[in-house]
Amino acid sequence: MTTDLRILLDFDGDRRDIGDYERAGGYRQLTKALAGAPEDVIAAVDGSGIRGRGGAGFPTGRKASFLPKDRKPAYLCVNADESEPGTFKDREIMLRNPHALIEGVITMSFGIGATSAFIYIRGEYRAEFEVLMTALQQARERGFVGADVLGSGYDATVVLHRGAGAYICGEETALLSSLEGERGQPRSKPPFPAVAGLYAAPTLVNNVETLASVPYILEMGGAAYAEIGTERSKGTRVFSLSGNVKRPGNYELPLTATLRELIEGHGGGMPDGRTMKAIIPGGSSAPILMPDQIDTHIDFESIAAAGSMAGSGAIIVIDDRTCMVQLALRVSEFYKHESCGKCTPCREGTRWGVDIIRRIEMGEARQGELDLLLNVCDRILGNCLCPLGDAMAMPVASYVTHFRDEFQRHIDEGGCPFTEHSPISGLYHEPAAVS
Amino acid sequence: MEPSDAQTLAGARETRPTWPAPLPASDDTRPLYDRIQDVIALYPERKSAVVPALRLAQDEYGWLSEQAFDAVADATGFTPAFCKSVASFYDMFRLTPTGRYEICVCTNVSCALVGAAGTMRAFERELGIHPGETSEDGLFTLKTVECYGGCGWGPVVSVNERYHEPLPAEQVPELVARLRADAEPDA
Ligand SMILES: Cc1cc2nc3c(=O)[nH]c(=O)nc-3n(C[C@H](O)[C@H](O)[C@H](O)COP(=O)(O)O)c2cc1C
Ligand code: SF4
Ligand code: FES
Repeated sequence: MTTDLRILLDFDGDRRDIGDYERAGGYRQLTKALAGAPEDVIAAVDGSGIRGRGGAGFPTGRKASFLPKDRKPAYLCVNADESEPGTFKDREIMLRNPHALIEGVITMSFGIGATSAFIYIRGEYRAEFEVLMTALQQARERGFVGADVLGSGYDATVVLHRGAGAYICGEETALLSSLEGERGQPRSKPPFPAVAGLYAAPTLVNNVETLASVPYILEMGGAAYAEIGTERSKGTRVFSLSGNVKRPGNYELPLTATLRELIEGHGGGMPDGRTMKAIIPGGSSAPILMPDQIDTHIDFESIAAAGSMAGSGAIIVIDDRTCMVQLALRVSEFYKHESCGKCTPCREGTRWGVDIIRRIEMGEARQGELDLLLNVCDRILGNCLCPLGDAMAMPVASYVTHFRDEFQRHIDEGGCPFTEHSPISGLYHEPAAVS
Repeated sequence: MEPSDAQTLAGARETRPTWPAPLPASDDTRPLYDRIQDVIALYPERKSAVVPALRLAQDEYGWLSEQAFDAVADATGFTPAFCKSVASFYDMFRLTPTGRYEICVCTNVSCALVGAAGTMRAFERELGIHPGETSEDGLFTLKTVECYGGCGWGPVVSVNERYHEPLPAEQVPELVARLRADAEPDA
């Protein structure tokens, strides 16, 4: 069965204790890598074809090769900010397999010649921060982290840095601003972090899942890893499944699986005999897919071809009770709240979007405001400094496109026809109106 | 909280992690200023220590008062205004006094789909306050927050930064009663 392969989380329970991790073969790839040349690490990662698991899906080996070899200092930054709504996989990796992340970080640092690594973990992840702190301490005691790792002459400094609550700090340049002690606002690219990143030094930013995969890639060999998946989407990915589904949770699947295998096979399908209304396939910034697209494959290209994006690997299932206007309101409120305010289309557009959608939901919108909403989305799309503006405009436009009648009914009937049944209702309407 | 229950059918590979016991609170009793110096030493540039320093100050003072900002500014060598401009960007920094228990209810999409509104309303009823408010006895502050990264185990709530997941509406009265009892052991 194609969906029966796990790499990163191929065990029950956890391997928080370094002994458990080492018994399972852990830290051997680091030991081997340190005995060879740094380029070998990057070559293996490049050969595996793995693409970043943070959202953008950029080939990891290629990104690493952009760093100039001779400029020091150079840094590796681990993106553990995980805040795209629907996404909770990095957290599970950190909780269950923290040493795979640490081994991946040190190995990759060695590969790019980084002088230190910074793990930027979202401030809310307190238990996960404590797990990493304990794991790092164990790794230090065993000589895998610190000065002169395993007598190789390579010094690996790792700093665990906690964020303080801001979604935008997951965007890589905002992460760097935040790590430097500023407000977490994105910077325009170029220059790319590979050239001028943290403290203006060459910097590689990678997601937790990407880096935790590195030891397994080295163990299997890049070519063997590249045999898993599709032509352009390699390996396995940990998918976060949530919303109206019987068995939500994280599921690691090879990139040949379909949404149906994930949602119905692993997730058990819809609870209480309900029917599906829509699927969000890549975190809340992804345009929705319709139930008849459930046989779409979950690799980057297939989801893009279906009209959405694989994004952070978060799949949210929406059932037939849900009011799409309320969903649009909740999603747009989020991006408005997280807009850093640096550029106009996002700062103004997210506000406008929320105001219009709120009027529609509350029955205060006039005829024509639906087109105004689409117009606002259109003016945001492609006009912002970072992708956050689009992250609101894309999904909202997709809800209107697929469920225009439902939006129109709110305007025509002067209110929300679904207050009684929609699970989101209680956030916007007095409890009396909610069943 | 608890590991996955019997809901996980045989053959399914949902593998909800077990959470470790919280680490004991730091026993470092040195002055805030000295602890901030340790943090500064971790980074190539001093400014990187501003956010961690603000966190230490918030833990010390309960919230980021003028006094707390002055302490951070002193210890890091930046101005209070700079420290404030940084702090105001981040949701976890408290710029007003907060109750002894800070209760944060995630109302983002995945949690909303599985009952976050009910959980939020249950807290409103039990505490007699709306999100953004603090109860008169100073015990509780209620907040709604954006995605906490526990979407598969929603509705997610945190109490003083410790996650409760899931926390359906029916369990809210019991939790609130327990917190009240913990706050007044003799009552
Ligand atoms: C608004 C926004 C939020 C993002 N949030 C995250 C995040 O929480 N975690 C993450 O790994 N990447 C996030 N990204 C993607 C990062 O910018 C970056 O592409 C990624 O960390 C690179 O690592 P990778 O190549 O291993 O995926 C976000 C991007 C944007 C535009
Ligand atoms: S798109 Fe939004 S979040 Fe991104 S830089 Fe512009 S204002 Fe900031
Ligand atoms: S939506 Fe509530 S934790 Fe993600």
